[in-house]
This record gives sequence, structure tokens and C-alpha cells, in this order.
Amino acid sequence: MSANKIVDARGLSCPQPAMMARQAIQKMDKGTVEVLVDSDTARENVSRLAKSAGWTVSVEDQPDDSSRIVLKK
Amino acid sequence: MSAVSLFLTSRWGPVITGISVGVLAPLLVFWGNPGNMGICVVCFTRDIAGALGFHRAGVAQYIRPEIIGFVLGALVAALVFKEFKPRTGSAPLVRFILGMFAVFGALVFLGCPWRAYLRLSGGDWNAIFGILGLVVGIGIGILFLRRGFSLGRNRPAPKAVGWVMPVIMVVLLVILVVEPQFGRDAEGKLTGPIFFSTTGPGSQHAPLIISLVVVLFIGFLAQRSRFCTVGAVRDAILLRDSRLLYGLLALIVAAFVTNLILGQFHAGFANQPVAHTNGWWNFGGMVLAGLAFTLAGGCPGRQMFLSGEGDADSAMFISGMLVGAGVAHTYNMASTAAGPGVFVPFIVVTGIVVCAVIGLTMREARV
Repeated sequence: MSANKIVDARGLSCPQPAMMARQAIQKMDKGTVEVLVDSDTARENVSRLAKSAGWTVSVEDQPDDSSRIVLKK
Repeated sequence: MSAVSLFLTSRWGPVITGISVGVLAPLLVFWGNPGNMGICVVCFTRDIAGALGFHRAGVAQYIRPEIIGFVLGALVAALVFKEFKPRTGSAPLVRFILGMFAVFGALVFLGCPWRAYLRLSGGDWNAIFGILGLVVGIGIGILFLRRGFSLGRNRPAPKAVGWVMPVIMVVLLVILVVEPQFGRDAEGKLTGPIFFSTTGPGSQHAPLIISLVVVLFIGFLAQRSRFCTVGAVRDAILLRDSRLLYGLLALIVAAFVTNLILGQFHAGFANQPVAHTNGWWNFGGMVLAGLAFTLAGGCPGRQMFLSGEGDADSAMFISGMLVGAGVAHTYNMASTAAGPGVFVPFIVVTGIVVCAVIGLTMREARV
């Protein structure tokens, strides 16, 4: 299945942001997943997890101090 | 500096932190801390509770600089790398209760996860039951996480909120140095309001400056590397992510080697320092602790580091630990070297039930 999905993990503590991102990419063969996080730990965990699953990762810093992680495959 | 930070946030960060803890914790024992207790976040919180008069177990009263250094070391790292982000609002009351029950469980075993691994690497085989219990507790926590357990979202908070726990730590440091004694006991001798053990584990400690420097360094490393002794097991099982697990294994190996070199490795079950041999309750206590730590999002060390980053919810968890330590020793719920206290079975079973209710009922509320 190819689709676009947005996961809002802002304000959630470990391990929930990584769990939510993992669930999202496991349901998709390819597509784009946007994950919103607001802690550096969550940003690192989500990025590492997506890379190891073969997704490309790009991070955009948002004006409100959060990050938008774009995962593509 | 940013190269150092990149390295510590890489896969190698937890390994470097684990090796540092594994070498330095046995050295703290060598320099004066109680046996296999170079660092024990729960025991040291309990000692602080005793020093403040929250319990009157005379052998467990000292303001442990290790706790102060954990928070302040993480604060420095968070400030340097612009990660000081005050936040709160993720079920603080529930986190307080989880902190209490985590301590109840850990004080049955006589050690937090950090000390469980340090006890193992010192040859205390009773720790095997504790670690098995810890893994089971984390496993139960994972089941709740998979069912959708969440303590909800935090929100950014004013800067002042993030400074509360670091300021409390500075106050504790001042009290530790000044040792104020202006109360009088029944015989008219100076006593309190701050109490320091004259015998037992509470009286054993490495020199203040050495402890403080060591743990400031560890706090700094751990904040950068996200080191967590509960997250290590949780992430390996739940996310198939072994980054933190390698850090934990590095800690155990480094501590084992350091204990061997220092002549502090003594294998066996009996006569281990600040430990008892009741395998069943060593296991049961750590099931409770592992579950409570997992529901709260990390081990007690990690809670200290997060509070240094300005996380007031972690600070609430630590406050729960402090109160829980006072309650455990006041009501005979903690173990001693002689064995589990009278109310240990009651509190372990009650604690697991309370955590299960929290695990089943807490969901992210729709806003």
C-alpha cells in the first residue's frame, strides 16, 4: 500500500513516538510518513528506527521548537 | 564540542556511558561507598529521605551527592546543547504514585536496576533473581504499552518550572556541606533537622568532591547518550532496537573487570553487602519496580537526567520516590540484610495490582 500518513507524537514520552512511527511504517510498503516530535530523544529514535527499516529520513526544524521528520520509501 | 555530542548520540554513546559507569561505580565503592553500591539511584534517594527525616532508619541517612550530580550533570549537558526544555502535564500525579511503587519494589530487592547490574558484576548471585524479576516487570509494562497505555502528552512550561528540581539539588548540596544541626534530642544533644548515619551503609561514602565530579561526568554523558537501564531491555524487546542494550552490557562487563582488578568480586549468595538471600522476594520486588519504571518511561537514573533537562513530570516521579522511601522504611515495607520486612508481601502484591490498574486505565485523552 502506498499512502501518506501524519503521526503526531509531540509531548509523548519514550517509547511512544518510536512505537507510533514503527506502527505507521510497518503498515506501508512505500509512501511518505510525517512524524511530528518535540524532543531530541524522540527525533533520534524515530530517525534511527526508520533508517534501519530502509526508509529515507529528512528532518525539518519547526518554528515552535518541534521537528517534522519526513520518512520516505 | 558538537563532534562529541554527535558521537554520544550515535550508537556508541550508551556504550561509552556504560563503560564509564562500569569503571567508576566500583571505584566509588573502593573510595568508600557501600559494597556493590557505587551508584544506586533508589538507595541513595532513600538515604536522602532519611537525612531529611522522612524515615528514621538510622543506618540509611545521608545526602548522597550522586543524586545531586546526576541532575546537575544532565542540566549542564542540556544547557550546553540547547536541550533544556521545561515541560509538564503528562499525568504528574500518576507519575508520583509510580515513583512511590517503583521504590517500594526496589527496596524489597535492595537496589534499583543500576545496582542490580552492579551487584551481579560484583558476584552477588541474588541479583540474578532481581534482574529476572526486572525483565518480567518490563515485559508486563510492554504488554500495557502495546494495548495503548499512555500517560498522555506534556506541554512546554515556563523556564522556572524546569529549574525547580535543579534548584532543589543545589539546596541539598548546601545542606550536605553545611550540615545544619539546630534541633535538640531528649537529652539536650544537638540533632537534626538533617540526619547523618554514624553506622551502617548510610555512614559509608566516598569523599564528597570525588563523588560529585564522577556523577557530574556520568550525568553529562547519560543526558547526551539517553542512557537508560530499563529502556535498554524495553527497546530491545518492543522495538528490536539494541542501542541502549549494548550500553547496559558494556556496564556489566566493565564493572565485572573493574571489580576483579580492585579485589571486589566475591561470588556467591550468602554474606553479600547490603543484600538478602530471599530469591522469591528479590524477584517479586523487581517485577513491581520494573513494571513501575516501564510505565513511567524509564529507569530512576533516566528520570534524574530528564529532570535535569527540565522535565517536571520526571521531577514528580522523583518526588514520589523520595516519599515512597520514607513510607517504606517507616512501615516495614523495605528489606534489610536480614531479609524482607514484615509487610513486603503485602506491598509487592498491592503495588503490582495498582500498576496493573494504571496500565489498563491510562489512555491518551482526546483534547
